[in-house]
Amino acid sequence: MDKREFLKSLIVFIPAGGVIASLAKQAGAKAPEPAYQAKNHYYGMGIEIDKCIGCNRCVEACKLENDVPDEPFYFRTWVERYTIKKDRTVVVETVGLRKGKRKEIVEQEDVLRSFFVPKLCNHCANPPCVQVCPVDATWSTEDGAVIVDKNRCIGCRYCIQACPYGARYLHPKTKTADKCTFCYHRVVKGLLPACVEVCPTQARIFGDLKSQASRLVRFERLNKIHVLKPDLNTQPKVYYAGLDGEVR
Amino acid sequence: MNEDLRERLGEMLEQVTGFIYPNEIEIHWSILIVVYPYLTGLVAGAFILASLVKVFNVEEVRPTYRLSLLTALAFLLIAPLPLQLHLGHPLRSYEIFLTPNLTSAMAMFGFVYAWYLMGVLVLELWFEYRRDLIVWSREEGFPMSLVHRALSLFSADTSDAALAFDRKAIQLITVIGIPSAFLLHGYVGFIFGSVKANPWWGSVLMPIVFLMSAIVSGIALVMFLYMVLTPLRGEPIDMRCLDKLASYLFYAVIVDFSLEALDFIHRLYQSEESIHILGTLIASKLFMSLLVIQIFLGMLLPVGIMIAVRLFSLTAELRKLFYFTAIILIQLGIFATRWNVVIGGQLFSKSFRGLTTYKMEVAGIEGLITALVLLALPFGVLLVLLKVLPPWRKAAA
Amino acid sequence: MKVPEQIKRLAVVIFVIVAAVLVTRYLIPASVVDQRVYRAASVQREVSREIKFAGATTCGDCHDDINTKKKLGFHKNLSCETCHGPSVKHAEDPSSGKPFAPRERKFCPQCHEYNPSRPTGFPQIIPTIHNPLKPCITCHNPHDPVPPQVPRECSACHAQIERTKALSRHALLECTTCHSTPTRHKLLPRSVKPTKPENREFCAKCHDKGAPRKEAPKVDAATHGGRFLCWECHYPHMPGEA
Repeated sequence: MDKREFLKSLIVFIPAGGVIASLAKQAGAKAPEPAYQAKNHYYGMGIEIDKCIGCNRCVEACKLENDVPDEPFYFRTWVERYTIKKDRTVVVETVGLRKGKRKEIVEQEDVLRSFFVPKLCNHCANPPCVQVCPVDATWSTEDGAVIVDKNRCIGCRYCIQACPYGARYLHPKTKTADKCTFCYHRVVKGLLPACVEVCPTQARIFGDLKSQASRLVRFERLNKIHVLKPDLNTQPKVYYAGLDGEVR
Repeated sequence: MNEDLRERLGEMLEQVTGFIYPNEIEIHWSILIVVYPYLTGLVAGAFILASLVKVFNVEEVRPTYRLSLLTALAFLLIAPLPLQLHLGHPLRSYEIFLTPNLTSAMAMFGFVYAWYLMGVLVLELWFEYRRDLIVWSREEGFPMSLVHRALSLFSADTSDAALAFDRKAIQLITVIGIPSAFLLHGYVGFIFGSVKANPWWGSVLMPIVFLMSAIVSGIALVMFLYMVLTPLRGEPIDMRCLDKLASYLFYAVIVDFSLEALDFIHRLYQSEESIHILGTLIASKLFMSLLVIQIFLGMLLPVGIMIAVRLFSLTAELRKLFYFTAIILIQLGIFATRWNVVIGGQLFSKSFRGLTTYKMEVAGIEGLITALVLLALPFGVLLVLLKVLPPWRKAAA
Repeated sequence: MKVPEQIKRLAVVIFVIVAAVLVTRYLIPASVVDQRVYRAASVQREVSREIKFAGATTCGDCHDDINTKKKLGFHKNLSCETCHGPSVKHAEDPSSGKPFAPRERKFCPQCHEYNPSRPTGFPQIIPTIHNPLKPCITCHNPHDPVPPQVPRECSACHAQIERTKALSRHALLECTTCHSTPTRHKLLPRSVKPTKPENREFCAKCHDKGAPRKEAPKVDAATHGGRFLCWECHYPHMPGEA
């Protein structure tokens, strides 16, 4: 190679070198450390059936915190009341659904056992709702919450059909799918979800499954845990202690 | 909140029997989502009928070949409309193509639909009509000559070699087209059949049953159109064609009925937990639409009619009357089938403890009137197609 | 090989369609198609939602005196906002107004009204007969809700058992007949518990052949029921049924 060709080849290296240098600089300069790292957390909820008194404060708090419509057709969380009679028939109703009108009065002597079951989105680890969303508007975050992007949702309602737990509804104003988010806007700031915050008997336990010291992990250690509809393999992350076999 | 919606939901809440999850009070997939699989089913069925001619060389039904393709096209063009009207945000529906979730049957269906429309139906129509379009455009005046030349993509080759190529291309497309048609409507069945949360929908048989009932309704529709259009053109009905169509319809109904009977027997025998609420559902909410309309009027009676036609040698006039009656009953039955799947699947609670009601609006974007208009629109489109691409017009050689 | 004219025509159409798709795709901004971008934006929107409930720890920052009182009483596990409602605005700017303070009778029964589905031991009253017309806070300080008198009846907290027993053959038996209850149980219900009978001989005291109580049905305590304890079959609060 003669001098002329050598110099010509150098010319290529100068801009190339410049590009490589700037790329290296970008890679080296890190963005400022964000305060909250999603990958350090993995959220779940525990519910102790024997503590729930069915006061419905969790439902009211959730509606206030998350701007859920007031009407009794839309719930991010709700409480069911089970009454198993001595003839083994089961009466179920949603607490507070029909204000003032009790659905069915079961006579004291007919009752075998009776209890309340709070329900909410289970933030499944294998969520069927995420699987079926056509436009990728609902998905699981790294820290274990399943959320809906209401700017992307087209309102096809496939996710609502796919949820085995009835946790989703179509928001009448935004016309997008909506559901419990574990109060994601609260938990990333170290607060508790609204329902957990106001529960008077601590029937709801929110926790970080990745944490070393977590109320939820203790809950899992001390109780026999059940989840709803385990045969559907949705791997729910809402764990129930004392869940009766009649609960669907 | 919309006053009308609040009132309707409030009324429905009063009529719930047993227990439903509180969010289940709203029936999410309305009559529009009943119309949609009905329309796509007709597409698949009409195409399968067309493929009988080209792949299986059933010459008797050739008079309906082009009609079947045009029918499939007309219905395929209108099929996305009920979906769009039903969405909460129809203007965002392009997201299905831009950022599809690959695990979603609904998203993948968008691509299947696009493939079937462009890669199968339109392509086959083009190859079928190409030569005729060229010939017609030479004999016509403005504007039709320009329309036809444009539709032929300004093609000019009418040599025998080109025609042979056309025929081979159609064969190839139809061979690919049959599984594509299966995929098109099977996918709609899969959208329901893959929902494990709903035991009325979630079944391996669902795509198959959807497809067979689609074939039944498609053949019946083409028969109907043939029987109506031919006298309007002043031509006699080709009874050989009609009888052949009727026999294929008969086979399809037998297979469809067997599959649905299998589903029923299988459910009863397995007796899973959901059998109780589903039994109550059929006996109470779906009694009319399932037992009376879908099974008795929509399947048993037409099968009886067609057996009668085969057993007794009847005059052509009588056969036409019987066929026409059977066809109308079948269409009613298949529409009821779609209703029973879509609406029926939402009338019972996923807690298996209660039933709710569906209050269909009359007016309103998801109301009865919209549904009827959507059912009528494809016929309007078909009329236009029949004018632009007449199936039976003889072209001078 | 000569390319058929049809293929040439179709190729043009296909090319136009593919080109249109590619150009459109290229023109679309990343925020619409890049998953990381739009998901991050969505999380951002979610995280910036307005907070309505301040959380119990926030209230204690200013209201330490109430906190100190509350954390020893029966309401120690209640968050302030359970009763006072969402109060973040007050927490950020106390001068902006006070949170709701429940003072009417109809507030407390939401938790404390008798309901047979509530777990046993949870204090429940029947609002229509429990000091009617008086606001609850007249006698019960909500931040340390000790009842003004020690409850006389077990039914103050064990209403469901009491009501079941009242319809049974043991209706006229006091709870203390079978459960010896230290007085401190009424102050520290979870730590100091009443006793429960421990052996067959206890029930045999009334129900064995030859035992005093005339109206109690008699069985041969030595053989009846094999080796099992009486209450494994007979529900003591509604005996006569298994």
